[in-house]
Amino acid sequence: MRDAFLDRLTELAAADKDVVLLTADLGFGVFENFESKFPGQYFNVGVAEQNMTGLAAGLALEGKKVITYSIANFPTLRCLEQIRNDGCYHDLNITIVASGGGFSYGSLGMSHHATEDIAILRALPAMSVVAPGTVWEASEAIEALVKGDGVGYLRLDKTVADENSTPLFSLGRSIRYREGVDVTLFATGGILRDAIQAAELLQELDIDAGVVSMYSIKPIDKDAIIAAVNETGGIVTIEEHNIDGGLGSAVAEVCMDSGFIPKKFLRIGLDNQYSSIVGSQNYLKAHYQMDATAIVKRIKMLLE
Amino acid sequence: MTKDLALKIRKHAVNMTSSGGSSHIGSILSIADVLSVLYGSVMNYKAEEPKWSGRDRFILSKGHAGAGVYAVLAETGFMSLDKLKTHYQDGSDLSGHVSHKGIPGVEFSTGSLGHGLPVAAGMALAAKINKDKHNVYVLISDGECDEGSNWEAALFAPYHRLDNLVVIIDRNKLQSIHSTEETLGLEPFVDKWQAFGWNVVDVDGHDHEQLVNACNSKITGKPLCIVANTTKGKGISFMENQVLWHYRNPQGEEYEAAMRELDDNA
Repeated sequence: MRDAFLDRLTELAAADKDVVLLTADLGFGVFENFESKFPGQYFNVGVAEQNMTGLAAGLALEGKKVITYSIANFPTLRCLEQIRNDGCYHDLNITIVASGGGFSYGSLGMSHHATEDIAILRALPAMSVVAPGTVWEASEAIEALVKGDGVGYLRLDKTVADENSTPLFSLGRSIRYREGVDVTLFATGGILRDAIQAAELLQELDIDAGVVSMYSIKPIDKDAIIAAVNETGGIVTIEEHNIDGGLGSAVAEVCMDSGFIPKKFLRIGLDNQYSSIVGSQNYLKAHYQMDATAIVKRIKMLLE
Repeated sequence: MTKDLALKIRKHAVNMTSSGGSSHIGSILSIADVLSVLYGSVMNYKAEEPKWSGRDRFILSKGHAGAGVYAVLAETGFMSLDKLKTHYQDGSDLSGHVSHKGIPGVEFSTGSLGHGLPVAAGMALAAKINKDKHNVYVLISDGECDEGSNWEAALFAPYHRLDNLVVIIDRNKLQSIHSTEETLGLEPFVDKWQAFGWNVVDVDGHDHEQLVNACNSKITGKPLCIVANTTKGKGISFMENQVLWHYRNPQGEEYEAAMRELDDNA
Protein backbone atom coordinates (compact mmCIF):
# COMPACT_ATOMS: atom_id res chain seq x y z
CA MET A 1 0.00 0.00 0.00
CA ARG A 2 2.87 2.34 0.80
CA ASP A 3 4.52 1.61 -2.55
CA ALA A 4 1.30 2.42 -4.37
CA PHE A 5 0.98 5.66 -2.45
CA LEU A 6 4.55 6.62 -3.28
CA ASP A 7 4.26 5.68 -6.96
CA ARG A 8 1.24 7.92 -7.38
CA LEU A 9 2.81 10.69 -5.33
CA THR A 10 5.87 10.54 -7.58
CA GLU A 11 3.62 11.11 -10.59
CA LEU A 12 1.92 14.01 -8.83
CA ALA A 13 5.26 15.60 -7.89
CA ALA A 14 6.54 15.26 -11.46
CA ALA A 15 3.45 17.01 -12.78
CA ASP A 16 3.34 19.78 -10.17
CA LYS A 17 6.44 21.35 -8.64
CA ASP A 18 4.35 22.71 -5.76
CA VAL A 19 3.90 19.19 -4.36
CA VAL A 20 6.26 18.98 -1.36
CA LEU A 21 6.88 15.91 0.79
CA LEU A 22 8.06 16.26 4.40
CA THR A 23 9.08 13.26 6.45
CA ALA A 24 9.85 13.20 10.15
CA ASP A 25 12.90 10.99 9.68
CA LEU A 26 11.04 7.84 8.66
CA GLY A 27 11.12 6.08 5.32
CA PHE A 28 14.62 4.58 5.24
CA GLY A 29 15.11 3.03 1.81
CA VAL A 30 11.76 4.40 0.67
CA PHE A 31 12.16 8.02 -0.39
CA GLU A 32 15.66 8.05 -1.95
CA ASN A 33 14.33 8.00 -5.50
CA PHE A 34 11.82 10.76 -4.76
CA GLU A 35 14.49 12.88 -3.09
CA SER A 36 16.92 12.61 -5.99
CA LYS A 37 14.24 13.24 -8.62
CA PHE A 38 12.66 16.26 -6.96
CA PRO A 39 15.13 18.52 -5.16
CA GLY A 40 13.23 21.28 -3.37
CA GLN A 41 10.19 19.02 -3.10
CA TYR A 42 11.47 16.70 -0.37
CA PHE A 43 12.71 17.51 3.14
CA ASN A 44 13.57 15.20 6.00
CA VAL A 45 12.74 17.55 8.87
CA GLY A 46 14.13 15.29 11.57
CA VAL A 47 12.28 13.59 14.41
CA ALA A 48 10.10 16.64 15.03
CA GLU A 49 6.45 16.20 14.15
CA GLN A 50 5.21 19.46 15.64
CA ASN A 51 7.70 21.42 13.58
CA MET A 52 6.92 19.27 10.52
CA THR A 53 3.24 20.17 10.73
CA GLY A 54 3.97 23.86 11.39
CA LEU A 55 6.37 23.89 8.42
CA ALA A 56 3.67 22.26 6.32
CA ALA A 57 1.29 25.05 7.26
CA GLY A 58 3.84 27.71 6.37
CA LEU A 59 4.58 26.05 3.02
CA ALA A 60 0.87 25.60 2.27
CA LEU A 61 0.17 29.26 3.10
CA GLU A 62 2.58 30.04 0.26
CA GLY A 63 0.74 27.77 -2.17
CA LYS A 64 2.51 24.45 -1.71
CA LYS A 65 0.59 21.17 -1.60
CA VAL A 66 2.26 19.51 1.33
CA ILE A 67 2.41 15.89 2.41
CA THR A 68 3.62 15.12 5.95
CA TYR A 69 4.77 11.56 6.47
CA SER A 70 5.58 9.38 9.42
CA ILE A 71 4.35 6.15 10.95
CA ALA A 72 1.73 5.10 13.46
CA ASN A 73 0.55 7.99 15.70
CA PHE A 74 3.53 10.28 15.16
CA PRO A 75 2.21 12.53 12.35
CA THR A 76 -1.27 12.73 13.92
CA LEU A 77 -1.57 12.59 17.70
CA ARG A 78 1.90 13.95 18.49
CA CYS A 79 1.11 17.17 16.64
CA LEU A 80 -2.67 17.24 16.90
CA GLU A 81 -2.90 20.90 17.86
CA GLN A 82 -0.74 21.95 14.90
CA ILE A 83 -3.11 19.97 12.66
CA ARG A 84 -6.11 21.70 14.25
CA ASN A 85 -4.92 25.30 14.61
CA ASP A 86 -2.31 25.64 11.87
CA GLY A 87 -3.81 23.36 9.25
CA CYS A 88 -7.56 23.05 9.65
CA TYR A 89 -8.37 26.56 10.90
CA HIS A 90 -6.44 28.01 7.98
CA ASP A 91 -8.04 25.63 5.42
CA LEU A 92 -4.64 24.59 4.10
CA ASN A 93 -3.77 21.93 1.56
CA ILE A 94 -1.92 19.47 3.77
CA THR A 95 -2.14 15.70 3.48
CA ILE A 96 -1.02 13.78 6.55
CA VAL A 97 0.14 10.28 5.69
CA ALA A 98 0.62 7.70 8.42
CA SER A 99 2.07 4.37 7.48
CA GLY A 100 0.97 1.64 9.84
CA GLY A 101 -2.76 1.84 10.57
CA GLY A 102 -4.17 -0.31 13.36
CA PHE A 103 -1.88 -3.21 14.30
CA SER A 104 0.35 -2.90 11.20
CA TYR A 105 3.30 -2.57 13.57
CA GLY A 106 1.79 -5.06 15.99
CA SER A 107 4.98 -6.50 17.44
CA LEU A 108 6.51 -3.08 18.08
CA GLY A 109 4.17 -2.39 20.99
CA MET A 110 1.33 -0.05 21.90
CA SER A 111 3.25 3.15 21.05
CA HIS A 112 3.10 1.97 17.43
CA HIS A 113 -0.55 0.85 17.39
CA ALA A 114 -2.70 3.46 15.64
CA THR A 115 -6.03 2.60 17.18
CA GLU A 116 -7.63 5.94 18.04
CA ASP A 117 -6.44 8.07 15.11
CA ILE A 118 -9.62 7.86 13.03
CA ALA A 119 -11.86 8.95 15.89
CA ILE A 120 -9.63 11.82 16.94
CA LEU A 121 -9.01 13.21 13.47
CA ARG A 122 -12.58 12.90 12.27
CA ALA A 123 -13.59 15.17 15.15
CA LEU A 124 -11.79 18.06 13.41
CA PRO A 125 -13.72 20.36 11.07
CA ALA A 126 -12.15 20.98 7.63
CA MET A 127 -10.62 17.50 7.68
CA SER A 128 -10.94 14.45 5.44
CA VAL A 129 -10.15 11.01 6.85
CA VAL A 130 -9.34 8.20 4.45
CA ALA A 131 -8.35 4.60 5.21
CA PRO A 132 -7.97 2.63 1.97
CA GLY A 133 -8.61 -1.11 1.89
CA THR A 134 -6.77 -1.96 -1.32
CA VAL A 135 -3.59 -0.91 -3.08
CA TRP A 136 -5.62 0.76 -5.79
CA GLU A 137 -7.70 2.69 -3.25
CA ALA A 138 -4.48 3.95 -1.63
CA SER A 139 -3.14 5.37 -4.87
CA GLU A 140 -6.47 6.96 -5.75
CA ALA A 141 -6.71 8.41 -2.23
CA ILE A 142 -3.39 10.25 -2.29
CA GLU A 143 -4.28 11.90 -5.59
CA ALA A 144 -7.73 12.91 -4.36
CA LEU A 145 -6.31 14.38 -1.15
CA VAL A 146 -3.42 16.25 -2.77
CA LYS A 147 -5.67 17.69 -5.45
CA GLY A 148 -8.48 18.47 -3.01
CA ASP A 149 -8.79 21.36 -0.60
CA GLY A 150 -8.24 21.32 3.13
CA VAL A 151 -6.39 18.95 5.41
CA GLY A 152 -6.55 15.24 4.69
CA TYR A 153 -5.48 12.20 6.62
CA LEU A 154 -4.40 9.09 4.73
CA ARG A 155 -4.05 5.99 6.89
CA LEU A 156 -1.93 3.34 5.18
CA ASP A 157 -2.09 -0.28 6.24
CA LYS A 158 0.27 -3.21 5.86
CA THR A 159 -2.64 -5.56 5.20
CA VAL A 160 -4.53 -5.11 1.94
CA ALA A 161 -7.57 -6.69 0.41
CA ASP A 162 -6.78 -8.25 -2.94
CA GLU A 163 -9.61 -6.67 -4.89
CA ASN A 164 -9.51 -5.32 -8.40
CA SER A 165 -9.65 -1.63 -9.17
CA THR A 166 -12.91 0.03 -10.09
CA PRO A 167 -13.50 3.40 -11.75
CA LEU A 168 -15.48 4.74 -8.84
CA PHE A 169 -13.14 6.35 -6.29
CA SER A 170 -13.96 9.74 -4.83
CA LEU A 171 -13.91 11.27 -1.35
CA GLY A 172 -17.23 10.80 0.41
CA ARG A 173 -18.10 7.67 -1.54
CA SER A 174 -17.55 3.97 -0.94
CA ILE A 175 -17.10 0.83 -3.02
CA ARG A 176 -19.32 -2.23 -2.82
CA TYR A 177 -17.07 -5.19 -3.55
CA ARG A 178 -19.65 -7.87 -2.84
CA GLU A 179 -23.43 -8.02 -2.99
CA GLY A 180 -25.48 -9.66 -0.24
CA VAL A 181 -28.92 -9.25 1.27
CA ASP A 182 -28.72 -10.82 4.74
CA VAL A 183 -26.23 -8.35 6.19
CA THR A 184 -23.87 -5.60 4.98
CA LEU A 185 -20.29 -5.47 6.23
CA PHE A 186 -18.81 -1.97 6.20
CA ALA A 187 -15.03 -2.14 6.58
CA THR A 188 -12.37 0.56 6.57
CA GLY A 189 -8.65 0.04 5.95
CA GLY A 190 -6.83 -3.19 5.21
CA ILE A 191 -9.17 -5.18 7.43
CA LEU A 192 -11.40 -5.11 4.35
CA ARG A 193 -9.49 -8.30 3.52
CA ASP A 194 -10.88 -10.00 6.65
CA ALA A 195 -14.37 -8.71 5.89
CA ILE A 196 -14.28 -10.24 2.41
CA GLN A 197 -12.91 -13.52 3.76
CA ALA A 198 -15.66 -13.51 6.38
CA ALA A 199 -18.31 -12.97 3.69
CA GLU A 200 -16.97 -15.96 1.77
CA LEU A 201 -17.08 -18.12 4.91
CA LEU A 202 -20.60 -16.89 5.68
CA GLN A 203 -21.69 -17.90 2.18
CA GLU A 204 -20.84 -21.51 3.10
CA LEU A 205 -23.24 -21.11 6.01
CA ASP A 206 -25.95 -19.77 3.69
CA ILE A 207 -25.59 -16.24 5.04
CA ASP A 208 -25.50 -13.78 2.17
CA ALA A 209 -23.24 -10.91 3.25
CA GLY A 210 -22.46 -7.81 1.22
CA VAL A 211 -19.13 -6.03 1.69
CA VAL A 212 -18.52 -2.31 1.28
CA SER A 213 -15.16 -0.56 1.57
CA MET A 214 -15.74 2.64 3.52
CA TYR A 215 -12.37 4.09 2.63
CA SER A 216 -13.70 7.61 3.20
CA ILE A 217 -14.70 7.96 6.84
CA LYS A 218 -15.00 11.71 6.63
CA PRO A 219 -16.86 12.74 4.56
CA ILE A 220 -18.87 9.49 4.74
CA ASP A 221 -21.10 7.90 2.13
CA LYS A 222 -24.51 8.41 3.71
CA ASP A 223 -26.36 7.07 0.67
CA ALA A 224 -24.53 3.74 0.89
CA ILE A 225 -25.38 3.41 4.58
CA ILE A 226 -29.05 4.23 4.08
CA ALA A 227 -29.25 1.84 1.11
CA ALA A 228 -27.74 -0.94 3.22
CA VAL A 229 -30.25 -0.28 6.00
CA ASN A 230 -33.14 -0.42 3.54
CA GLU A 231 -31.99 -3.31 1.42
CA THR A 232 -30.24 -5.72 3.79
CA GLY A 233 -30.92 -7.43 7.09
CA GLY A 234 -28.42 -5.51 9.18
CA ILE A 235 -25.17 -3.59 9.37
CA VAL A 236 -21.82 -4.71 10.78
CA THR A 237 -18.94 -2.25 10.91
CA ILE A 238 -15.38 -3.61 10.95
CA GLU A 239 -12.32 -1.52 11.78
CA GLU A 240 -8.85 -2.12 13.17
CA HIS A 241 -9.39 0.72 15.59
CA ASN A 242 -10.92 1.37 18.97
CA ILE A 243 -14.66 0.84 19.07
CA ASP A 244 -15.31 4.42 20.26
CA GLY A 245 -15.56 7.16 17.69
CA GLY A 246 -14.38 5.38 14.57
CA LEU A 247 -16.20 3.91 11.57
CA GLY A 248 -18.86 2.20 13.68
CA SER A 249 -19.71 5.44 15.43
CA ALA A 250 -19.75 7.35 12.15
CA VAL A 251 -22.15 4.82 10.59
CA ALA A 252 -24.37 4.85 13.69
CA GLU A 253 -24.51 8.67 13.54
CA VAL A 254 -25.75 8.54 9.96
CA CYS A 255 -28.42 5.97 10.86
CA MET A 256 -29.72 7.93 13.85
CA ASP A 257 -29.58 11.31 12.14
CA SER A 258 -31.38 10.07 9.02
CA GLY A 259 -33.96 7.99 10.87
CA PHE A 260 -33.04 4.82 8.96
CA ILE A 261 -32.45 2.31 11.73
CA PRO A 262 -30.89 -1.04 10.82
CA LYS A 263 -32.71 -4.19 11.90
CA LYS A 264 -29.43 -5.50 13.34
CA PHE A 265 -26.30 -3.50 14.18
CA LEU A 266 -22.85 -4.58 15.37
CA ARG A 267 -19.56 -2.72 15.69
CA ILE A 268 -16.42 -4.86 15.47
CA GLY A 269 -13.20 -3.23 16.63
CA LEU A 270 -10.85 -3.01 19.56
CA ASP A 271 -12.91 -2.97 22.74
CA ASN A 272 -11.55 0.06 24.61
CA GLN A 273 -8.12 -1.21 25.43
CA TYR A 274 -4.45 -0.89 24.59
CA SER A 275 -2.67 -4.01 23.48
CA SER A 276 0.28 -5.06 25.58
CA ILE A 277 0.35 -8.44 23.84
CA VAL A 278 3.16 -8.94 21.34
CA GLY A 279 2.13 -10.22 17.96
CA SER A 280 1.91 -9.76 14.21
CA GLN A 281 -1.00 -7.86 12.72
CA ASN A 282 -2.81 -11.12 11.95
CA TYR A 283 -2.13 -12.52 15.40
CA LEU A 284 -3.45 -9.42 17.16
CA LYS A 285 -6.55 -9.23 14.97
CA ALA A 286 -7.37 -12.81 15.92
CA HIS A 287 -6.55 -12.17 19.58
CA TYR A 288 -8.89 -9.17 19.71
CA GLN A 289 -11.69 -10.97 17.85
CA MET A 290 -11.64 -9.05 14.60
CA ASP A 291 -10.17 -11.47 12.06
CA ALA A 292 -12.31 -13.32 9.51
CA THR A 293 -13.01 -16.24 11.86
CA ALA A 294 -14.11 -13.97 14.67
CA ILE A 295 -16.19 -11.83 12.32
CA VAL A 296 -18.04 -14.94 11.12
CA LYS A 297 -18.69 -16.08 14.68
CA ARG A 298 -20.00 -12.72 15.78
CA ILE A 299 -22.25 -12.29 12.74
CA LYS A 300 -23.75 -15.73 13.28
CA MET A 301 -24.61 -14.71 16.84
CA LEU A 302 -25.99 -11.38 15.64
CA LEU A 303 -28.33 -13.00 13.11
CA GLU A 304 -29.52 -15.85 15.32
CA MET B 1 7.46 58.65 13.00
CA THR B 2 7.72 55.15 14.45
CA LYS B 3 7.60 56.73 17.92
CA ASP B 4 4.22 58.24 17.06
CA LEU B 5 3.01 54.89 15.81
CA ALA B 6 4.15 53.17 19.01
CA LEU B 7 2.24 55.70 21.10
CA LYS B 8 -0.88 55.16 19.02
CA ILE B 9 -0.60 51.38 19.46
CA ARG B 10 -0.28 51.85 23.23
CA LYS B 11 -3.32 54.12 23.41
CA HIS B 12 -5.40 51.78 21.26
CA ALA B 13 -4.30 48.89 23.47
CA VAL B 14 -5.45 50.68 26.62
CA ASN B 15 -8.76 51.57 24.99
CA MET B 16 -9.35 48.11 23.55
CA THR B 17 -8.52 46.16 26.69
CA SER B 18 -10.49 48.61 28.83
CA SER B 19 -13.66 48.65 26.74
CA GLY B 20 -13.50 44.94 25.95
CA GLY B 21 -12.46 43.91 29.44
CA SER B 22 -9.68 41.80 27.97
CA SER B 23 -6.35 40.70 29.44
CA HIS B 24 -2.75 41.04 28.29
CA ILE B 25 -2.30 44.83 28.24
CA GLY B 26 1.19 44.34 29.71
CA SER B 27 2.13 41.97 26.87
CA ILE B 28 0.91 44.43 24.22
CA LEU B 29 2.75 47.41 25.73
CA SER B 30 5.87 45.24 25.76
CA ILE B 31 5.83 44.84 21.95
CA ALA B 32 4.41 48.20 20.86
CA ASP B 33 7.85 49.45 19.83
CA VAL B 34 8.74 46.28 17.91
CA LEU B 35 5.42 46.45 16.03
CA SER B 36 5.84 50.12 15.21
CA VAL B 37 9.37 49.61 13.90
CA LEU B 38 8.34 46.63 11.76
CA TYR B 39 5.25 48.28 10.26
CA GLY B 40 6.55 51.85 10.32
CA SER B 41 10.04 51.28 8.96
CA VAL B 42 11.33 47.77 8.29
CA MET B 43 8.72 45.74 6.42
CA ASN B 44 7.57 46.06 2.82
CA TYR B 45 3.81 45.78 2.34
CA LYS B 46 0.87 47.35 0.55
CA ALA B 47 -2.07 47.95 2.86
CA GLU B 48 -4.39 48.34 -0.13
CA GLU B 49 -3.20 44.97 -1.48
CA PRO B 50 -2.75 42.79 1.63
CA LYS B 51 -1.88 39.64 -0.35
CA TRP B 52 0.73 41.36 -2.57
CA SER B 53 3.18 38.54 -3.28
CA GLY B 54 6.27 40.65 -2.64
CA ARG B 55 5.23 41.65 0.88
CA ASP B 56 7.26 40.76 3.93
CA ARG B 57 5.34 38.33 6.12
CA PHE B 58 4.70 38.85 9.83
CA ILE B 59 3.40 36.34 12.36
CA LEU B 60 2.62 37.21 15.95
CA SER B 61 3.26 33.95 17.76
CA LYS B 62 2.39 35.38 21.17
CA GLY B 63 -1.19 35.65 19.98
CA HIS B 64 -2.45 37.00 23.31
CA ALA B 65 -1.02 40.39 22.32
CA GLY B 66 -3.19 40.38 19.20
CA ALA B 67 -4.80 43.73 20.03
CA GLY B 68 -1.41 45.30 19.28
CA VAL B 69 -1.44 43.79 15.79
CA TYR B 70 -5.01 44.90 15.15
CA ALA B 71 -4.02 48.40 16.26
CA VAL B 72 -0.97 48.64 14.00
CA LEU B 73 -2.95 47.23 11.05
CA ALA B 74 -5.65 49.85 11.57
CA GLU B 75 -3.07 52.65 11.87
CA THR B 76 -1.34 51.53 8.68
CA GLY B 77 -4.51 51.32 6.61
CA PHE B 78 -5.37 47.62 6.51
CA MET B 79 -8.68 48.26 8.28
CA SER B 80 -10.63 51.15 9.70
CA LEU B 81 -9.79 52.58 13.11
CA ASP B 82 -13.48 52.20 13.95
CA LYS B 83 -13.20 48.43 13.67
CA LEU B 84 -10.92 48.41 16.71
CA LYS B 85 -13.94 49.33 18.84
CA THR B 86 -15.35 45.85 18.16
CA HIS B 87 -12.38 44.10 19.79
CA TYR B 88 -13.51 41.41 22.24
CA GLN B 89 -17.17 42.30 21.68
CA ASP B 90 -19.89 39.73 20.99
CA GLY B 91 -20.13 39.00 17.27
CA SER B 92 -16.78 40.60 16.40
CA ASP B 93 -14.01 38.90 14.44
CA LEU B 94 -11.29 40.66 16.46
CA SER B 95 -10.71 37.95 19.06
CA GLY B 96 -8.49 38.24 22.10
CA HIS B 97 -5.90 36.03 20.44
CA VAL B 98 -5.02 37.13 16.94
CA SER B 99 -7.13 35.64 14.14
CA HIS B 100 -6.79 36.03 10.38
CA LYS B 101 -10.38 35.37 9.37
CA GLY B 102 -11.96 38.49 7.99
CA ILE B 103 -8.97 40.63 8.95
CA PRO B 104 -6.77 41.77 6.05
CA GLY B 105 -3.10 41.89 6.98
CA VAL B 106 -3.08 39.10 9.53
CA GLU B 107 -1.08 36.29 7.96
CA PHE B 108 -1.71 33.65 10.59
CA SER B 109 -3.88 32.98 13.62
CA THR B 110 -2.22 32.05 16.88
CA GLY B 111 -3.10 31.81 20.55
CA SER B 112 -1.57 28.52 21.58
CA LEU B 113 2.11 29.20 22.17
CA GLY B 114 4.89 27.58 20.17
CA HIS B 115 3.11 27.58 16.80
CA GLY B 116 4.42 30.72 15.07
CA LEU B 117 8.09 29.91 14.57
CA PRO B 118 7.60 26.56 12.78
CA VAL B 119 5.02 28.14 10.47
CA ALA B 120 7.27 31.13 9.79
CA ALA B 121 10.11 28.71 9.00
CA GLY B 122 7.80 26.98 6.52
CA MET B 123 6.99 30.30 4.86
CA ALA B 124 10.69 31.16 4.71
CA LEU B 125 11.46 27.74 3.21
CA ALA B 126 8.77 28.29 0.58
CA ALA B 127 10.35 31.65 -0.31
CA LYS B 128 13.74 29.95 -0.70
CA ILE B 129 12.25 27.22 -2.93
CA ASN B 130 10.49 29.85 -5.05
CA LYS B 131 13.52 32.17 -5.05
CA ASP B 132 11.38 34.99 -3.65
CA LYS B 133 13.12 37.94 -2.01
CA HIS B 134 10.79 38.85 0.84
CA ASN B 135 11.52 38.24 4.52
CA VAL B 136 9.45 36.47 7.16
CA TYR B 137 9.26 38.04 10.63
CA VAL B 138 7.91 36.20 13.64
CA LEU B 139 7.51 37.73 17.09
CA ILE B 140 7.60 35.27 19.96
CA SER B 141 7.65 35.76 23.71
CA ASP B 142 10.41 34.64 26.03
CA GLY B 143 8.04 32.60 28.18
CA GLU B 144 6.89 30.93 24.97
CA CYS B 145 10.38 29.46 24.65
CA ASP B 146 9.32 26.88 27.25
CA GLU B 147 7.52 25.20 24.33
CA GLY B 148 9.63 22.49 22.71
CA SER B 149 8.22 23.11 19.23
CA ASN B 150 10.23 26.35 19.10
CA TRP B 151 13.45 24.45 19.56
CA GLU B 152 12.51 21.98 16.83
CA ALA B 153 12.21 24.95 14.48
CA ALA B 154 15.30 26.57 15.98
CA LEU B 155 17.26 23.50 14.80
CA PHE B 156 15.60 23.46 11.38
CA ALA B 157 16.07 27.09 10.30
CA PRO B 158 19.88 27.37 10.57
CA TYR B 159 20.40 23.92 9.03
CA HIS B 160 18.39 25.03 6.01
CA ARG B 161 20.16 28.42 5.92
CA LEU B 162 16.93 30.40 6.17
CA ASP B 163 18.51 33.86 6.19
CA ASN B 164 15.14 35.30 5.12
CA LEU B 165 13.72 34.41 8.54
CA VAL B 166 13.82 36.84 11.48
CA VAL B 167 12.64 35.82 14.92
CA ILE B 168 12.19 38.65 17.39
CA ILE B 169 11.93 37.56 21.00
CA ASP B 170 10.05 39.80 23.40
CA ARG B 171 12.43 39.34 26.34
CA ASN B 172 10.42 40.99 29.11
CA LYS B 173 11.46 38.27 31.58
CA LEU B 174 7.94 37.80 32.96
CA GLN B 175 5.65 34.92 32.22
CA SER B 176 2.26 33.85 33.42
CA ILE B 177 2.92 33.39 37.14
CA HIS B 178 6.55 34.29 37.89
CA SER B 179 9.61 35.55 36.08
CA THR B 180 11.17 33.41 33.37
CA GLU B 181 14.16 32.79 35.63
CA GLU B 182 11.91 31.64 38.49
CA THR B 183 9.97 29.32 36.18
CA LEU B 184 12.40 27.27 34.11
CA GLY B 185 15.38 29.60 33.78
CA LEU B 186 16.04 30.67 30.18
CA GLU B 187 19.51 32.10 30.75
CA PRO B 188 22.02 32.03 29.18
CA PHE B 189 19.41 32.88 26.58
CA VAL B 190 21.51 34.53 23.87
CA ASP B 191 24.04 31.71 24.11
CA LYS B 192 21.32 29.13 23.57
CA TRP B 193 20.20 30.69 20.27
CA GLN B 194 23.79 31.16 19.16
CA ALA B 195 24.52 27.53 19.97
CA PHE B 196 21.61 26.53 17.73
CA GLY B 197 23.31 28.36 14.87
CA TRP B 198 21.43 31.66 14.76
CA ASN B 199 22.85 35.11 14.11
CA VAL B 200 21.82 36.68 17.43
CA VAL B 201 21.55 40.41 18.13
CA ASP B 202 20.82 41.54 21.68
CA VAL B 203 19.11 44.97 21.82
CA ASP B 204 16.95 47.32 23.84
CA GLY B 205 13.49 46.38 22.56
CA HIS B 206 12.15 49.89 23.14
CA ASP B 207 14.98 51.69 21.27
CA HIS B 208 13.75 52.14 17.71
CA GLU B 209 17.17 52.84 16.23
CA GLN B 210 18.61 49.70 17.80
CA LEU B 211 15.65 47.66 16.53
CA VAL B 212 16.02 48.98 12.97
CA ASN B 213 19.76 48.31 13.01
CA ALA B 214 19.15 44.83 14.37
CA CYS B 215 16.73 44.06 11.51
CA ASN B 216 19.44 45.21 9.10
CA SER B 217 22.21 43.09 10.59
CA LYS B 218 21.65 40.02 8.47
CA ILE B 219 24.33 37.45 7.78
CA THR B 220 24.09 35.38 4.59
CA GLY B 221 23.15 31.79 5.31
CA LYS B 222 21.98 32.35 8.88
CA PRO B 223 18.54 33.11 10.28
CA LEU B 224 18.43 36.22 12.45
CA CYS B 225 17.37 36.16 16.10
CA ILE B 226 16.76 39.55 17.73
CA VAL B 227 16.54 39.33 21.49
CA ALA B 228 14.54 42.47 22.23
CA ASN B 229 15.00 43.27 25.91
CA THR B 230 11.72 44.82 26.95
CA THR B 231 9.69 45.87 29.95
CA LYS B 232 6.30 44.28 30.32
CA GLY B 233 3.74 47.09 30.60
CA LYS B 234 6.20 49.60 29.10
CA GLY B 235 4.99 53.20 29.11
CA ILE B 236 2.53 53.00 31.99
CA SER B 237 4.52 53.06 35.21
CA PHE B 238 2.09 51.25 37.45
CA MET B 239 1.84 48.38 34.95
CA GLU B 240 5.57 47.99 34.35
CA ASN B 241 7.05 44.66 35.46
CA GLN B 242 3.81 43.64 37.16
CA VAL B 243 2.49 40.13 36.39
CA LEU B 244 -0.92 41.39 37.56
CA TRP B 245 -1.24 43.34 34.29
CA HIS B 246 -0.97 40.15 32.29
CA TYR B 247 -4.58 39.66 33.38
CA ARG B 248 -6.06 42.92 34.64
CA ASN B 249 -7.60 45.58 32.39
CA PRO B 250 -7.61 49.28 33.22
CA GLN B 251 -10.92 50.79 34.36
CA GLY B 252 -11.98 54.10 35.93
CA GLU B 253 -9.12 55.96 37.55
CA GLU B 254 -6.59 53.41 36.35
CA TYR B 255 -7.73 54.00 32.78
CA GLU B 256 -7.50 57.79 33.22
CA ALA B 257 -4.05 57.54 34.78
CA ALA B 258 -2.82 55.24 32.02
CA MET B 259 -3.97 57.53 29.21
CA ARG B 260 -2.64 60.62 31.03
CA GLU B 261 0.80 59.09 31.44
CA LEU B 262 0.97 58.09 27.77
CA ASP B 263 0.01 61.66 26.74
CA ASP B 264 2.43 63.28 29.20
CA ASN B 265 5.36 61.26 27.92
CA ALA B 266 4.45 61.61 24.24
